[in-house]
Formats: sequence, C-alpha cells, structure tokens
Amino acid sequence: MLAKRARRTAANTVFVGFCTLTTVLALAALVAILWSLVINGVGGLNLDVFLKSTPAPGSEGGLANAIVGSLILCAWAMAGAVVIGVLAGTWLAEYGGNTFYGKVVRFLNDVLLSAPSILIGLFVYEVVVRPTKGFSGYAGVLALALVAAPVVTRTTEDVLRLQARTLRESGAALGTPAWFTIRKILWRAARGGIITGALLAFARISGETAPLLFTSLSNQFFSLDMGQPMANLPMVIFQFALSAYDDWRRLAWVGALLITAAVLVTNIFVRILAREPRRS
Amino acid sequence: MLLAALAGVVVSLMLGAAPAFEKFGFAFFTTARWNPVTEVYGAAGPIVGTLITAALSLLFALPVSFGVAVFLTEFCPPIIRRPIGIAVELLAGVPSIVYGMWGLFVLAPAFAKYVQLPLILAAPPGSLLEKLTAGVPNGANIFTASIILAIMILPYMAATMRDLFLTVPAKVRESAYGIGGTPLEVVWFVVLPYVRRSAIGAVMLGLGRALGETMAVTFVIGNSHRFPESLFDSGSTIASTIANEFAEASTPMHTASLVALGLVLFILTFAILALARALIGHRQPA
Repeated sequence: MLAKRARRTAANTVFVGFCTLTTVLALAALVAILWSLVINGVGGLNLDVFLKSTPAPGSEGGLANAIVGSLILCAWAMAGAVVIGVLAGTWLAEYGGNTFYGKVVRFLNDVLLSAPSILIGLFVYEVVVRPTKGFSGYAGVLALALVAAPVVTRTTEDVLRLQARTLRESGAALGTPAWFTIRKILWRAARGGIITGALLAFARISGETAPLLFTSLSNQFFSLDMGQPMANLPMVIFQFALSAYDDWRRLAWVGALLITAAVLVTNIFVRILAREPRRS
Repeated sequence: MLLAALAGVVVSLMLGAAPAFEKFGFAFFTTARWNPVTEVYGAAGPIVGTLITAALSLLFALPVSFGVAVFLTEFCPPIIRRPIGIAVELLAGVPSIVYGMWGLFVLAPAFAKYVQLPLILAAPPGSLLEKLTAGVPNGANIFTASIILAIMILPYMAATMRDLFLTVPAKVRESAYGIGGTPLEVVWFVVLPYVRRSAIGAVMLGLGRALGETMAVTFVIGNSHRFPESLFDSGSTIASTIANEFAEASTPMHTASLVALGLVLFILTFAILALARALIGHRQPA
C-alpha cells in the first residue's frame, strides 16, 4: 500500500517537473531570440537607419526605403483586406452562415487562413506577375491582402456572433431594416473586436516574407511607384542576412529588431485593447 | 470572393504545373535528380525533406507543448499564468524571417560546435549513430531546421491544447481529484481522454504549419537537392526550394517544376487541414 503510494507520488513529481521544465524551455526560446535580436540590433540602430536607403556593400546607408515600402504595402493590403474581410465576415455571421454555400465559404476561409503563405505568393505570381511580365508593388499588396483577409473575416464573424440576440431584435423592433441594424448597431458594438482582428492581421503580414518573394520582389532604391518592384523590410532582411558582407548583416539585424518590435508591440496592444471593457 | 480565390489558387497551380507533370510523369515524385542545367527535375529530395523535418519538429514540439499546456492549466500559480500564456503567444507572433536569422546566426553555429561535432567524433565507425550524424558540421542541416520549426509550431499547439484542456468541465476534473488522483493521474486518465480527438486535431494543425513554413527553413536547412542521407545532412523542403529558385528560374520547365512542387505542398497541407478540422469538430477561437 505504502509502496504504491510512493510510486504514485514519485511519478507525479516527475510529471510536474517535466511540465515545469518544458514551460521554462519555451520561455527560454523566446528570451534567447529576443536577446540576440537586441544584442545584434541595437548597436546598429541610429537615425541613418530611418533616413537613408539601403547601401551598396561597404558604404553607409539605412533602411529607409525598406521601411517606407513595408508601410505602404501593408497599408494598402490592410485597406483591401479589411473591406473584404469585414463584409465577408458580416455575411457569414448575419446572412448566409448556415447555408451550404456559407459553410463552404467558411471552410475555404479556414483553409486560406492556414495555407502556407508561399503558395499565396506563387498564386499571385501566376495570375499577376506572369501576365504583366513584371514584379510590382501591386502584386505584393495583393499577396499580403490574401494573407490578411481570412484573418479579418474570421474575427469579424466570431465577434458578430457574440453580439446579443436582443440587440438585433431591438433593432428590428424599431422597424429598422436589417442592413441598417447591422451597420449602425452591430458594427458599432463589435468595433473593438473587429479592430483587434485587423491589428492581428497587420501583425501577421508585416513580417511575411514568402508571399513577397515573387511578387513585389525588392528594390535597392527609394521608390514610391507601386508599378515597380518595391523595397520592403522582410525581403531586405532576407537578402542582407544571407549576404557575405558584415555591414549588410548588421542592417539585417537592425531590420529584424524593428519588425519584431513592431509585431510584438501590436500584439501586446491588442491584448490590452481586448481586456478593456468595451465602451459604447 | 474567397471561393473564387481558392479555386483560382488550385487552377493556376495546376495550369502552371502541367508541363512538368507531362514531361516527367510519375518519376517526378520518385527521382531525386534536380538539375536546372540539364532540365531534369525529380522532386523526391524536397518532398522527403519536407516530410522528415515536419515529422521531426512534431516529435520535438509535441511533448513540450503538452507540458506547457498542462503546466498552464494545472500547476501554474495564478499570478504568473497570464504573463506566461502571453509570452508563449508572443512566440507565435515573432516573424518567421526572424526565426530564420536567429537559426542561422545563433542556433546553427552553436549546434555545430556543441552537438554535431562531438557526436561525429564520438560515433564509432560503421555504427548507426555514425550513419545518422554524417554530414558537414556547419549546423545547416535537417536537424537544425526541425528544431527551429519545433519552436515555431510550439506556441500554436500549446495554445490550442491549453484551450482544449480548459473545456474539460471543472466538475469532472474536481471529482477526479476528489477520489484521490494525483495531477498526473487526473491529466492522464481524465483530461486527456476527454479531449483526445480534438488534441489530435491540434497536433495536425501544428503539422500543417510545419509543412508549409518557408523562410525559417530556407535559412538553416542548407538547401541541397540530394536525397538526404543522414539527420545532419543538408537538405531542402518544398517551400525552401521554391523560395530559393523561383525568382531565378529561367526556363519554363524549371518554373513549371517549382509550381508542381507548390501543388504537391498545397495538396499535402489541404489534406492535413481537412483532417484536423474533421477531428476537432467544433471551431477553434482564432
């Protein structure tokens, strides 16, 4: 009896130890990554990074063109993704969610949500880059929007479904048409959640590299022309990190630090936003 | 819109890949010769590389994410539960290219120095260990890629499993403790059976991610198209091959072969996702 109990206690201790250890391991990985980013990135961080364009190896320069390019690409992609995502999410939640077509759309949205992003890049290459015979900012925007839209769709639908039924009914009781209720009441009530979804989507695409590889490519120079290949941070990091020049690699670390910081800040911001009680 | 997008993906991939399938037929999948100069393409190397890295990373990530999920739901002091949960989720937010850089500049050299070299030196000639560890000790190999992948899919799996564990009704859990079960026994005999199907689904989701991950793997896997001969051999995955060569592919057949690879990857991930979805049954919070 006692021996059995000792065995159970021992097994349990091992188990608790194992779980604790794995958690520590996971946290250690995060700390290790952030640590090496800071160590390698902060040293190269100065005003030039934000003001000058990417240099030729050996000369001075910064990441200005890449940062601006990234912001433009993400902004346009988000604009498209939010429109499509919110509308599609609303439709799924309010109108067609339970029809056969609705179910198919939802399933496909989930597939897109977790499809490897490189495939989306490949797709955009096939339909945009190949016919127009040129890499362009537009193609990059399209690829990023395709990555972001499913995220927005999913969160919009989830948030709208959470809204109380009474809200809808009181809208109807006032004699407002359904579309008006949705637009004026439900969207307003769900605003926090929709913004959260959009921010999460933004965090995701701002670090995406794979869809940009064959769409917007990259550009050594400062360019605001969407019809041309456009510089962007992830691609520059990719090229510079794999290069043989020390100063390029240093810039790659700086870029990685910037992107990670942006993404993590967005993520934390979302969490704070989500916790606050919703204001009406 | 979305329907059109997805159908478009499939159709365009098929059209793009058709020339490669026409020319090489089934041999595309079974030969490992990948030579842009002579225009002969066989995808066995990348396909096997993809499967091996995904399987290995799952092997690493599964116990760890399980441990994290149990720790967060059963033992963790309430004060640090939220911060740890957030930290694990932040791990999911780090862009994959950053994982790649970290793997290339930090993990790979350390791995080559402290793990690979000693193992190669210690392995007796002719043994299985020698076979498994053969390779150039520079840290750019299948094994390192799997570790990076494991770190990347870990947060997804841990978060999903944690959410699943929380769906177990408190009543059930408490009655198990009530009859004197230790935490190990409660988790093993009560919680796990309760969520088994969904947990398998969560694992499949992780697998799907591992299969399609591109940038991080491209950095550390070494990118060779040979059929990988050992764990520490350099190799390639479908995604890393596409990423590396697509922009440089000069001949139509080269491009078509890469698109064909993409199609293979798409079918793989699609099948796994559909399976995961069927197993989980209900919808996961985003």
